[in-house]
Amino acid sequence: MAVDKICGIETEFGIFVRGRSESNPIAASSMLINAYVQDLARSGQSARTAPRVGWDFEDEMPHNDARGRASTDVQPPEVETHLVNAVLTNGARYYVDHAHPECSTPECADAFEVVTWDRAAEEILRRSMEASRSMLADDEEIVVHKNNSDGKGNSYGCHENYLLAREVPFGRIVREVTPFFVTRQLYCGAGKIGTEAPGLNAADVPYQLSQRADFFEEEVGLETTLKRPIVNTRDEPHADAQKYRRLHVIIGDANMSEVATYLKVGTTAIVLAMIEDDELGLDLALRSPVAALRDVSHDLTLRRVLELANGGTITPIDLQWEYHERARKYAEVHGLECIGQEVGDDVLTRWEDVLTRLETDPSSAADTVDWVAKQRLLDGYRERHGLDPGDDRLLAIGLQYHDLRPGKCLAERAGLATITDPAAVEAAITDPPHTTRAYFRGRCLQKWPEAIVAANWDSLVFDVGGDPLRRVPMMEPSRGTAAHVGTLIDECETAADLLARLGS
Amino acid sequence: MAEREQKKKSTPTREEEEEVVDDVPATSESGEKIKAELDDLLDEIDDVLEQNAEDFVKSYIQKGGQ
Repeated sequence: MAVDKICGIETEFGIFVRGRSESNPIAASSMLINAYVQDLARSGQSARTAPRVGWDFEDEMPHNDARGRASTDVQPPEVETHLVNAVLTNGARYYVDHAHPECSTPECADAFEVVTWDRAAEEILRRSMEASRSMLADDEEIVVHKNNSDGKGNSYGCHENYLLAREVPFGRIVREVTPFFVTRQLYCGAGKIGTEAPGLNAADVPYQLSQRADFFEEEVGLETTLKRPIVNTRDEPHADAQKYRRLHVIIGDANMSEVATYLKVGTTAIVLAMIEDDELGLDLALRSPVAALRDVSHDLTLRRVLELANGGTITPIDLQWEYHERARKYAEVHGLECIGQEVGDDVLTRWEDVLTRLETDPSSAADTVDWVAKQRLLDGYRERHGLDPGDDRLLAIGLQYHDLRPGKCLAERAGLATITDPAAVEAAITDPPHTTRAYFRGRCLQKWPEAIVAANWDSLVFDVGGDPLRRVPMMEPSRGTAAHVGTLIDECETAADLLARLGS
Repeated sequence: MAEREQKKKSTPTREEEEEVVDDVPATSESGEKIKAELDDLLDEIDDVLEQNAEDFVKSYIQKGGQ
């Protein structure tokens, strides 16, 4: 049986300082996050918002390779311990990664929760921009974009994570998920003007489905910053390594459309459950996945056929229909309890709906699919003003679609459907999901911020005075939920009480 | 491929979908609504768009990402 598909999203945001000719992105990212954290500390809720809990790097192992080899020929990703790194009471991690602000959602039980906490992350970035104003000159402003490319050959990621059983052979995951990753951009691509693929220019590719496809050069590998692979092999489960893998998915675009995020995470969770239960089959493997990834992104007709490894051919939409049909059958036989039955059923329905619309008339998916919504905006503006395709105003629209500033965000005005509850998103800025160990992390940070000296995905470190520091491990991502520990946390007055109760 | 097409078309959901496609009045009505919304958006976009698009696009550089 597939394990519960606990999942989350980590987004690196684009950043610049408006009003400055040159800005240091690391300094700007640090200022942004510090401004938010200090604002929380100053506000009335300071006791509940854990202003200064640092990240604990004890379990960071980004150089471990899921294929089991020690890597000698690649540069392992660095763990940067000196930069700003905050743990929030909603269970999220908010930090400077390389030269970008990054926010990782807390662990969520299903795709709908991911959308809610991903939207909360956007709100956190908005509040951070607002808070940073007091640190800048009047004519300066930090601006954050939720995108993945600067249009000049630089990309930054929006990674997803899914919990899998350790016993699933990694080779099977790679073979069976790759064709899905190559084609899911049909509905989760965020759209990009031109191309950043070597040897091509905007005349060859005026517009494409995905922000990220141009940057992938390998089928499988450990890298995340160069020679990016379709399937990333980082083996860092942040959980009991005997029982679990965490699939670190680096190929996705950051979505402005809530439904696109929902579909991206929901369909991927179902496909991974099928692979885990060995119910998918091998026959969809592509002959040249890296080339196919770009071909799919560059083909706005969605009809260009891909070659299968078995000698056949298939269109990207039909490949997605294959996954969808197998998923429906899988759901009938196994149920979708491991990704949340209700959410799973809804994802299957919406998946079918979006494929139908893309197949019939892609423009009919403008309220769901980012690349379609953005294209509609660009085409409308270009026609109205009679512009050339490479006009700077169009490129500016392509960037500003992703602008997170209220009033400046073009995606916000593009007619995208929403599925989250605004009150739930507001709550998710400070409160964790009830359904995973993020609940334990978040509640403890809310209730006893002064007693927690460090936190990471799989443990909390307490200092309750007198005794040595106490590490509370959380190696089971599905434990530490409201159902498991809600009453316990409610009943304990102090962190020392909690540790005593946990130890007994 | 031919086999795959047939199998797909024979499922109940695909038949439902074809009915939806036949429903022309609803489609064009929502199409007009969408067009009106787009017109509104295009009306206001110049107020929101970065004033100096050329400088904005030129200076937008984001190094050091994963």
